[in-house]
Amino acid sequence: MVQKQYIVCDPDKCVGCGECELACSMAHHKNFDPMVARIRTVRIEPIVMLAVACRMCEDPPCVLACPRDALSQDVDTGVIHVDTDKCDGCGWCIEACDFGAIVLNPESKVVEICDLCADYDEPQCVKFCCKEALSLSTPAVVAQQSRRKVVKKLLQELLES
Amino acid sequence: MHAFWGKILHIDLTNQKTWIEQKDEEFYKKYIGGVMMATRLVYDNLPKGADALSPENPLCFATSAFAGTLVPVGNKHSVAAKSPLTGFIGDCLASSYFSAAIRRAGYDGIVITGRAEKPTYILIDDDKITFRDASHLWGMETFETEEAIRAELGDESFRSCTIGPAGERLVRLANITNDRGRQAGRTGLGAVMGSKNLKAVTIRGTKPVEVADIDALCEMTLALAKEAQGTKTVKYRTIGTPANVLAFQRLGVLPTRNYQDSVFEGAEKISGEYMAEHYTEKAVACFGCPIACEQVAHVKEGPYAGARTSVDYESLFALSSNCGVDYLPGAIEAIHRCDRYGMDTMSTGVTISWAMECFQRGVLTKEDFGGLEPYWGNHEAVAELVRMIAFREGIGDLLAEGTKRAAAKVGKGSDHWAINVKGLECSGHDLRGLKTFALGAAVGTRGPCHNRSLAYEPDTKGQVDRLKAEPSRGALAKEKEEFAAVFDMVMLCKFLRGCFQDIYEEIPKLFTLTTGIEMTPDDLRKAAERCINLKKAFNIREGWKKEDDWLPPRFLKDPIKDGASKGSVVKPEELRMMIDAYYEARGWTPEGLIPKEKLIELGLDDIAEELGV
Repeated sequence: MVQKQYIVCDPDKCVGCGECELACSMAHHKNFDPMVARIRTVRIEPIVMLAVACRMCEDPPCVLACPRDALSQDVDTGVIHVDTDKCDGCGWCIEACDFGAIVLNPESKVVEICDLCADYDEPQCVKFCCKEALSLSTPAVVAQQSRRKVVKKLLQELLES
Repeated sequence: MHAFWGKILHIDLTNQKTWIEQKDEEFYKKYIGGVMMATRLVYDNLPKGADALSPENPLCFATSAFAGTLVPVGNKHSVAAKSPLTGFIGDCLASSYFSAAIRRAGYDGIVITGRAEKPTYILIDDDKITFRDASHLWGMETFETEEAIRAELGDESFRSCTIGPAGERLVRLANITNDRGRQAGRTGLGAVMGSKNLKAVTIRGTKPVEVADIDALCEMTLALAKEAQGTKTVKYRTIGTPANVLAFQRLGVLPTRNYQDSVFEGAEKISGEYMAEHYTEKAVACFGCPIACEQVAHVKEGPYAGARTSVDYESLFALSSNCGVDYLPGAIEAIHRCDRYGMDTMSTGVTISWAMECFQRGVLTKEDFGGLEPYWGNHEAVAELVRMIAFREGIGDLLAEGTKRAAAKVGKGSDHWAINVKGLECSGHDLRGLKTFALGAAVGTRGPCHNRSLAYEPDTKGQVDRLKAEPSRGALAKEKEEFAAVFDMVMLCKFLRGCFQDIYEEIPKLFTLTTGIEMTPDDLRKAAERCINLKKAFNIREGWKKEDDWLPPRFLKDPIKDGASKGSVVKPEELRMMIDAYYEARGWTPEGLIPKEKLIELGLDDIAEELGV
């Protein structure tokens, strides 16, 4: 069975540099333009930093919200596809997305959503994230890492006490 | 030409007019960007001799080729004007989103002249420029102002440069803050903004940035960014520049009690290592930076609970060891106050330490300080003096003028310990124990600056005998000044400097891949030399005299008392000899003036006509 993968950001490692936004725009538009980046950095100064991209939800609200059936989800990968002929940029999907992971391209007037860099051998945001805060991961691996982290922390506390 | 738009935005605050000046490729080829471009804009737009706080003084912003791109640590802008502190060129730079905002709004530079009738902020929303009332923002602190503007405009993409209470009151130590805690810090440019009744410049830019060869550029930048995760930047990424505290202590050049001592008994307690263990929460990055050097320190308990700001070495030495303070939370509080009020931590700390020495020697008394007793180590007094300076309250009104003017007013020999060159307070290096840098500091065009002259490097790295003066330091200081100028023109952070094999080979490649403008290693060398000569030419035009290239008396008369540099002093004849050698290496006259031929050789023909000898 194919496990869906998505871009995960570790807030402890993210420094808020925004290089992922520029890498995304480079990959999809051959320019530097955070306005059309499908991953965006959130900085809550002074120290909370996190990059957010599509979570590839089950029963994605964006797909449900689209009145023109322009959005569809790939059953295997979970990636949301945008039919650019049908999309007219109304933005309902943007409002429906809890993560703010959908952008409206001001030039083409259609929405863009992370496709894990379908045209490249790896997502470019991950490649350009030198802090290794970003990774392409599956829910199972994310859970593994969380377990490892929490157990480590508990053991540390036990050892210290 | 890519990346550059060929457009300089002019804004006249007096008449609320704006216009675009077109520039051709030649301009960018010659003036590159950053501090050189900004200096040229100041040179061209300041009526000769105009006062720094007059409406005529142009506040000039400049981007560089890399603003808005993925080039690591390339998102920096320069701000320059005639400095209210020195009367010479005040060329600053600051990092993060603001530079990208200028680029994405469609400009390479901004020249702001005149004076608004009432508190104003300038809103640049791509092509649309409006003058907005800032009465409700007047009085606000820097971070607060930035957030208030963003809230009232309702979009996080608005990026602002602001001043705080210090700039509003024309404090000559005031700076310009952007993107929370990034500062065009030195030479008092915040007062220039204040003198224009200009609370903020806010920009939203939405234009994509196109470069000449994006694939090749990204390949090169990724390699650099990866290199920037290695040993060459480990200091910045882990402890940050506060690591210098103990390094300089070992060399015996850690300024202590207003440069009276060079070894601080409390160094351990204010060290970067100590800070990292007890106070640092996280290292964060400027926009577009893969290094992330900004060590955010947070005081969670005690009298300064809530103090929370990024701490670097220069802020730290100035407000701790140099004031005799060995209580780190006190220093963090003082730095945080400077940041909030919009003041240069370095000049503020060194001015306060001057006042503390006045108190030590009875030149200023408890009454003068309004009841405060600023004995060495009194961190409460230091924090209070920061506030009094920002608001020009009590003795703060005197100190707001900086050490040079304050000492001239107080007299009684207090100029002996007014640690400035050309009016700008010195950096966290005891120059008696770093003689190449002593030369670099004496001749620096904006004053004694470790950012404009990397002449301290051969000293601290043991490449030369740092306690010795010799004529060869002239050429060395020139080389190190030009090395720094390269970074300040193309605007890359100097923390990346160790990641290059040869900056004169690699940086022209980055520049050409970005802009499409041809640049050879020789072009870059020549540009760096042009940069220094242009700034010097500006200073000459504004009244520079040979005696302005000199050091404060303490460094020439009082030998270092203790530590690894014990006994060292810069003898006046040594300094003279090194300065002569420097002028010669520069191809200047023995009087420090620039010959016509030199200016013509550098392509500054119009200036040769005006000033060349």
